[in-house]
Order: sequence, then C-alpha cells, then structure tokens
Amino acid sequence: MELIQIDPYRWEIKKTGAMRVPARIYSSEKLIEAVKKDETFRQLVNVAQLPGILTAAMAMPDIHWGYGFPIGGVAGFDCDDGVISPGGVGYDINCGVRLAVTNLTYEEIKPHLENLTSALYQKIPTGVGSTGQLKLSNAELKKVLRQGSRWAVSKGYGEPEDIYHTEDQGCMTDADPDAVSQKAMERGRKQLGTLGSGNHFLEIGVVEKVHDPETADVFGLSKGLITILLHTGSRGFGHQTCDDFLSGMTRSLTIDSMELPDRQLACAKIQSSAGRQYYRAMACAANFAWTNRQILLHNARESFQRALGVSPRQMGIRQVYDICHNIAKFENHTIDNVSRRICVHRKGATRAFPPHHPDLCEDYRNTGQPILIPGDMGRASYVLAGTPQAMAETFGSTCHGAGRMLSRKAAKKSAKGRSLEKELAEKGVIARWTGKFTLAEEMPEAYKDVTEVVKAVEGSGISKIVAKLRPIAVIKG
Amino acid sequence: MAPYELIDHTADLGIAVTAEDIYELFETAAHAMFEQIIDTGMLSGEKKTAITVTGIDQPDLMISWLRELLFFWNGRERLVKRVHIEQIKDTQITANIWHDPFDPARHEILSDIKAVTYHGLSVEQTEHEWRALIIFDV
Repeated sequence: MELIQIDPYRWEIKKTGAMRVPARIYSSEKLIEAVKKDETFRQLVNVAQLPGILTAAMAMPDIHWGYGFPIGGVAGFDCDDGVISPGGVGYDINCGVRLAVTNLTYEEIKPHLENLTSALYQKIPTGVGSTGQLKLSNAELKKVLRQGSRWAVSKGYGEPEDIYHTEDQGCMTDADPDAVSQKAMERGRKQLGTLGSGNHFLEIGVVEKVHDPETADVFGLSKGLITILLHTGSRGFGHQTCDDFLSGMTRSLTIDSMELPDRQLACAKIQSSAGRQYYRAMACAANFAWTNRQILLHNARESFQRALGVSPRQMGIRQVYDICHNIAKFENHTIDNVSRRICVHRKGATRAFPPHHPDLCEDYRNTGQPILIPGDMGRASYVLAGTPQAMAETFGSTCHGAGRMLSRKAAKKSAKGRSLEKELAEKGVIARWTGKFTLAEEMPEAYKDVTEVVKAVEGSGISKIVAKLRPIAVIKG
Repeated sequence: MAPYELIDHTADLGIAVTAEDIYELFETAAHAMFEQIIDTGMLSGEKKTAITVTGIDQPDLMISWLRELLFFWNGRERLVKRVHIEQIKDTQITANIWHDPFDPARHEILSDIKAVTYHGLSVEQTEHEWRALIIFDV
C-alpha cells in the first residue's frame, strides 16, 4: 500500500487488488505522519472495496482509526448498485455541533463565569446513563422521530429561527418510526436533553480572531463576542439503531454473497429492503439528535438568563448553525460532468456546501454553509465556510474536528500526577465534568491541533476559515 | 476467570482474552467488559435472569452475547455482577446473569462502553487454548 503525495495537501493510494476506486487523503506534512502508524489507511482501502463506491474513498485531515470505516471518512455510492452502511455512518447517528452567538462580551460575563458554568452544569444532565427531565410516551417519541427540531420548538424549546439555521432544517423527512426497534425506543425515551459522555461537551467561548470579516459578519460573529458551542448526538437511541442494523446486515451478508474485509463494514444495497429500512431508521435517529441539541440550547439559554440576570433581548442568543457529522444522505453531485443523485456517507466529516447551493437557507446563500469545527477543550474551535472546490472534489464535505491522537489509556497515563483542572484554569478555561476519567481522557494533548486540521482543509481549498473561537468554560460528561 | 488484556486503540478500547475452553472464553469476555464499566466487587448480584443468545458463527455469537449483556446496562440501567453459562450448543448460549439496579449514589462508573463492534473481531481455538479479541465503542 503506497501513499503517493500529489500536492502539499493531497495524497493518494492507487486502486489495486479488490479496490474499486482509489483512496484520497486530504492532510498536511505535519498531520499525516501520526496516522501512518496505525490501521487508518488500511480501513480506507477497505472502504474503497465496497460495491458501488464512486470517485474515491476519501479521508479528511482529522482522520483516525475507527472501526470498519475510519473516522474522518467520506464515501459516495451509486443509488442503483451501491450500498448503505450503518458502520459508514457510525454509532452516534447525527453526532453534530451547534453554535450560537450572543451580544455579550468577555468583559461582561467574566465576573459571572464561575456561576454561569455551574448553572449550566446543574441544568444540563451530563455523563454516563444520564437522563433528561423529559420522559416521553412511545407516541410522543414517535412525533420527535418524525419532526426533529420542529417538535422541540413547538413545545417551547427554542425559536423558529433556530430551525432555519439548522442543516436540513433539523428534520430528515424520510424518517419512519416503524423502522426502529423497541430497544432503541426504550433507550431514547429518557435521554432527550442530555449531553452524554466521552467527547461530548458544551463550551462557552469567545470569538478570538476573525479571518474573513465579510462572511463572519453574515454569520453574526465579531471579535470579542461570547459563543455557545454544543457537541452531542442521538445518545443511546442512535447507538441501538446502528447496532440493530449492523447485526441484521452482518447476518444477511452471506445471503447477498457480499465478501467484506471487515464485518464492521456490514452493509446492504441502497435499493434493498434492509437498506431502505436502515435509511428510514437512521433518519429517525438524526431527528432525535437535532431535537436533543435544540432542547440543550434552550436549556443553555435559560441558564445564561438566570446566571447573568439579563433579559433575552440583552443576551441576544441566536443560533449560527447546526451541522451533523455522522450521517448518510441522498444528494446531487456532478461526477464526470453528469449530475447524479448519490448516497454520501460522512463519518466524522461535515457537509461543506458552497455559496448558492439550493439547500442553503437564504441567509447563507452568498457565503456558503457555516461549518463548525470543535477542537479540544484547551485550544480553539473554528467556524469555516463551504466552497465550490469541496463540491467538485469531496462531495461537498470537509473535516469535523481535531481527531484523537492518543488512546484513552495513553491519555490517562500522561495525566498521572497532574492537575488538569489547574492546567486548564491557567489557560483561562473553567471546567466542570462528571466521569472519573473524563478530564484525563479528553485532555487537549489527546487530540491533534485543530489549527493544523483547518489549515489543511483551507490549504486544499475544500473550506475557508471564517473565525477562531477560544474556549473559556466547558462542561463535559 | 481466565486472564485478559486491554488493547490500546486510538478511539476505542479492546480486550484480548485467553481461556482453556469456550465456556471460560465467553464468561471471561463478559466479566472483562463489565470490569471496564464498574468495580464489580461493589455489586451484590441481587437479581438472577436467564438469557438465550444466538449467532451465525462463533465470532457473531460473541458479539450477540456481549451486546445482550451490555443492553442490561445501557438499556435497562442494570449492572452485571456475574454470568454463568449453562450451555453452548452450536451457536447458541444459554446463561444465567446476576445483576443490580444502577444507583448513581453508590456506583462509580469507570468508563462507558457504548457498543460492541465487529471491528478486528476474532474468536478462535488453537491447539491448547481459546482466544478472542473484541473492540468496544467507548
């Protein structure tokens, strides 16, 4: 398996053996070395062997070793001959990021930051097995699964404008609750409005630097303003849905006489009954995740209001955008000068639609889609915008975050004898967390430097950096 | 219980189990999984439940077995203290499970296992022993 460098930001593995297409990696000299050591590229080559894959199996600069598909991977499939893969979407279906900006400045909230962080930590359930204040009946949960963000706003969680600034307006319309298992319903019923554990977080930040003033202005971001960044997904509901279909599809692989290099790549033809059913169930999980983030933002707004004692108008909290980075979607893309409807899998990758794309809301028609890239809790997060180059090369996709560099075990070892809370405080970040090892496992050095990641996507032309956010407080599970 | 090792995986967590027979292999894998979640010495195993799990082959049976047990935790908020396999016949397991309800005040969760993956999965019999390798989504 030879990795050939094409230019400073592109590498390729030529099509050999069972590969149906080549593999293409977007990265930089700095980032690519760390990935060479493990199984990541082998996984990408495995993806390139799946039936109906188009153009190339692609990796974004934050790629890392996952299971089945690598994390940070993009793959498009032909709708007639291609497959849909639960492993190609990931367990946390519609894991995603939501960004809101306020009218408040750092100086205004600094004296209240400890209180505000504590208020958020109290209001928002975090950690393993946490449950929310909502306990839904089966019938009500089915409404959530069909309607997504709209359900939340109709119940008073948030503003209609939030929906307008959400990818797909917070609802995949093909969702069908009848495609979902009872086990998934059981797990989902109590978890709406919860953050979860692992790398999920709510972060208060400040716009530290504006790289593209014109676009930043349209996104409502100017230097010094306080932001709220949320990272979470479909919780146990999505995990169970992925698990159910992986299991079923693994068992039917022999029937469909599909030979796969890794069982975690289990998939079904898009047009098959199993493929259609998975898509409808996945859409339910996507809608669950959007509803979850909608409720969480609402609860964050209330916490801000209570802790700071200011009116909603003074705070002016408005949603910039909400994106998903674990998803499969049917989209139109031009391949060899022909426009086709294909199924794009983004596993740890973000949609990056360019200016004037018909799926963008009017507000962002001229800027391209806002792309939200969370970093680690000590350094930075970024807001980017989609470009025509992404549309031409990567099925309108870009990176999704910093990408892990250390295993959890290695991170815990490195954290031994250190006070990470103190280290973060010295960097100006207040942290509240639930899990015993959360802070160690999630420490900044466990991740690649997100700045290098966004430089690589900008360098290759698949996104444009708009603004840099600096974290000042974080709550984690 | 047979020995097991933790495997380092950038995003996830794995276990490698070695055992004298297939019963011990499946039981140890189950115990190893719950030992990542909680100090199982803290549990009393007050309730006993009988379960039956099937797979298409031995690796698939391992995944189905661990998934079913993990659902006790992430579906029903029950922590598994102990498992005893009554029978493994072809690709079907019949077992008894002893478990407690999760009490956040008493039970400290060490790490969350969110799913059992097929990635890198192996279950094999060598000349002298049985071996399994399983990677979890954490």
